[in-house]
Amino acid sequence: MKVVARFITLLSLLICSASYAATLHMATDADPSSLDPHEQLSQGTLQLSHLAFDPLLRWRQDHTFEPRLATSWKSIDKLTTRFELRREVYFHSGNEFDADDVIYTVKRLKSSVEFRALFDNIKHIEKRNSHSIDIITHKQTPLLLNLMAYLFPMDKDFYQGRDDIVKFGNSFASRNLSGTGPFIITSREPGTRIEFVRNANYWDTKSKGNVDRIEFSTIKSDATRLAALLSGDVDFIFPISPLDMPRVKRSRNIQLVTLPSTRILFLQLNQNRREELKNTKVRQAINLAINQEIIVDKILKGFGTAAAQLSADDFLGHLDSLTPRFELDKARQLMREAGYEEGFKISMMAPNNRYIHDEKIAQAITAMLAKIKIRVDLKTLPKAQYFQEFDKRSADIMMLGWQSDTLDSNNIFEFIIACPDAKTGYGVYNANGYCNPNLDNRIKSANRELNPEKRIRLLQQIESTIAQDAVIVPIAWEHLAWGAKQNVNIKDVINSQDWPYLGDLVID
Amino acid sequence: MLIFLLRRLLQACVVMTVISIISFVIQDSLGDPVRQMVGQSVSPAEIEQIRQEQGFNDTKFEQYTRYAKNVLQGDFGTSYFYKEPALDVILKKLPATFELAFSAIIIIIMVSIPCGIFAAIRPKNILARFLMFSSTIGLSVPIFIVGIFLLYTFSIELQWTPSFGRGDTVLVFGIWETGFLTLDGLSHLILPSFSLAIALLPMFVRLIRSEMLEVLHSEYVKYAWAKGLSPARIYFVHAFKNTMLPIITIGGIQVGTLVAYTILTETIFQWPGMGSLFLDAVNRVDSPLISAYLIVVGAIFVISNTLVDLIYGYINPTVKLASHGL
Repeated sequence: MKVVARFITLLSLLICSASYAATLHMATDADPSSLDPHEQLSQGTLQLSHLAFDPLLRWRQDHTFEPRLATSWKSIDKLTTRFELRREVYFHSGNEFDADDVIYTVKRLKSSVEFRALFDNIKHIEKRNSHSIDIITHKQTPLLLNLMAYLFPMDKDFYQGRDDIVKFGNSFASRNLSGTGPFIITSREPGTRIEFVRNANYWDTKSKGNVDRIEFSTIKSDATRLAALLSGDVDFIFPISPLDMPRVKRSRNIQLVTLPSTRILFLQLNQNRREELKNTKVRQAINLAINQEIIVDKILKGFGTAAAQLSADDFLGHLDSLTPRFELDKARQLMREAGYEEGFKISMMAPNNRYIHDEKIAQAITAMLAKIKIRVDLKTLPKAQYFQEFDKRSADIMMLGWQSDTLDSNNIFEFIIACPDAKTGYGVYNANGYCNPNLDNRIKSANRELNPEKRIRLLQQIESTIAQDAVIVPIAWEHLAWGAKQNVNIKDVINSQDWPYLGDLVID
Repeated sequence: MLIFLLRRLLQACVVMTVISIISFVIQDSLGDPVRQMVGQSVSPAEIEQIRQEQGFNDTKFEQYTRYAKNVLQGDFGTSYFYKEPALDVILKKLPATFELAFSAIIIIIMVSIPCGIFAAIRPKNILARFLMFSSTIGLSVPIFIVGIFLLYTFSIELQWTPSFGRGDTVLVFGIWETGFLTLDGLSHLILPSFSLAIALLPMFVRLIRSEMLEVLHSEYVKYAWAKGLSPARIYFVHAFKNTMLPIITIGGIQVGTLVAYTILTETIFQWPGMGSLFLDAVNRVDSPLISAYLIVVGAIFVISNTLVDLIYGYINPTVKLASHGL
């Protein structure tokens, strides 16, 4: 049976590939540090996972779910969800994919320091038959499907017995890979290049993707990466610096595609460090004195969206009524009312190589706060040093960007707004010292609420309380930017999570 | 000769030890390696646990003695990012940097010697003046501007040369990846090697010119003219040989500048060599790799200076190496 199935896929592939096959030369700023999909929860790892593995399901561009290795799913009871798995899918090693691989992968995920937090809520998985499973959770969760987009089944027979997750050192899984994905790695030179060929037995024969080879290069410097695209050495690059975007827009042979990301850049005002910041009026004044629109226009050159809340546009907690406000007079008045007419001196830290133009944004904010007589002592650091300082909460104002892994507002609230609690892991990145038990309860209930409408209401209430109390200063959502030659149809395969689905890429 | 080499070896050991201590001391201010290796969802307790396991919480002294012990056994530690022994990673990248530096040195020799000599023999010639003028500009323009200018002109606008990387390489003798043997490899070499050469070229042109001018005014050259020797013999044999002495000394010292410039050149052209490797290692706080790089570069310095001294002794037999060495 297996042989026949493979013969048919091969035959259909031959017919398909007769139409057109192409090599994609691409360049990005970083390559995955390891081939082990569970070693680090990072952009690079997830990008690689979408090339060499397949998730159970994935997000479409409109943030709905598309079945991949799971063909259908349904809720059985409050704690149980049933997934039917795709049949006749083969790993790169030739092993057939079945329920055991999923069970194995979840077990491994739960032992990974990086992914443990996401998958903690899964109690166990019950195998019904070779291609059907029940996932049982500890507590009821509205976000189980979002998690399944992070579940890329690994080849159990291939990895088992030599599957240690090693962070600082060599391991079998960091150098060898067997997934079900559309591309197979043929060679890899870490930090320089990776070569892929198309998986001839790939199950998704309906995919129009016609890339049969990928040459993936790492080019660190923004200018060089762009030069490589403009000179025709590569077909597809990301990211593109906002400074270069006008230049890219001008070239006729190059298309520039941008999408708003869901990563929110914001400032944390530390109430524990400063008496002044405990005063809601001062925090509101700071919010009113910062002009997000100008930052987006002048520094991000329009490639960003000014923010007045933490939830991005298509997050459930997003409130359309919250728009950036810049009212200097009102801000001065609030400072007067709070008794700080003469202002005060405050310290601020920001990274200088982590977010797009982070240092320039921080400098602009320094100038803006001077208008309400807050004298900011700004220090910017490379990310390697900055996050050490962030952990120590070394400054009164600290900049942070946050990407919600679950594409859900509550993930941001849990990490940034909730009261810090080492046991539950809530508020780990809370550098504002704000602690509101009432809000905490709502965050916790939003984690359990299954009724979508009630949940939306809860999240929106949280968002509006944060805005009222001016807990943090939202700045902007960065835009992601990709550049490609005109014949590479990247528009259809990119997404705001920055995981291009290159298996479906069509090159004319 | 043997005593000279032995002394040099001793000197090298001292240099390496000092470098390894310095590289260890500076690493603390680079940041936390663990923070670079974990994502946002890892809890502080788990980060602390990793730090403990990796021994980052031990005192610097303990860490250094552990490191030194391993180094004496030939183990320079394992790179955090590459997950391979640090020395292996660097030695794998060495051919790329060596070939880049070698090509740049060839360009420097081929261009600076004729230009310098011409500017000294015909100082009033319009071409000589132009050479002097452009060398002033060359000295004052930073290398990354030169690099990006070359990239823009030849790669984006004219599309004559590739823009990044090393192209196709061939494995020779089983260990050395060379780009010299393929057309693609050579074409990738053009821009990086020229921008690296341009960084050092102006200095050598000016140096050769001024040394040559000085030599041309010396007594023995005047005597040679009086003797009726042919100009070619005077210029290229008698005068030039003596011009070379200080040039070689300076050249040896400039190896350091060359190494520093490879870091910039390799970054601009994404040349997969030791320089860009080092810069990445610094950004990632890949401590074992940083230490190993500094030690390897230290070794390159000692070796190149020893070679320079040997050549010096060969060209100027009056120099006694044993007394000159330390």
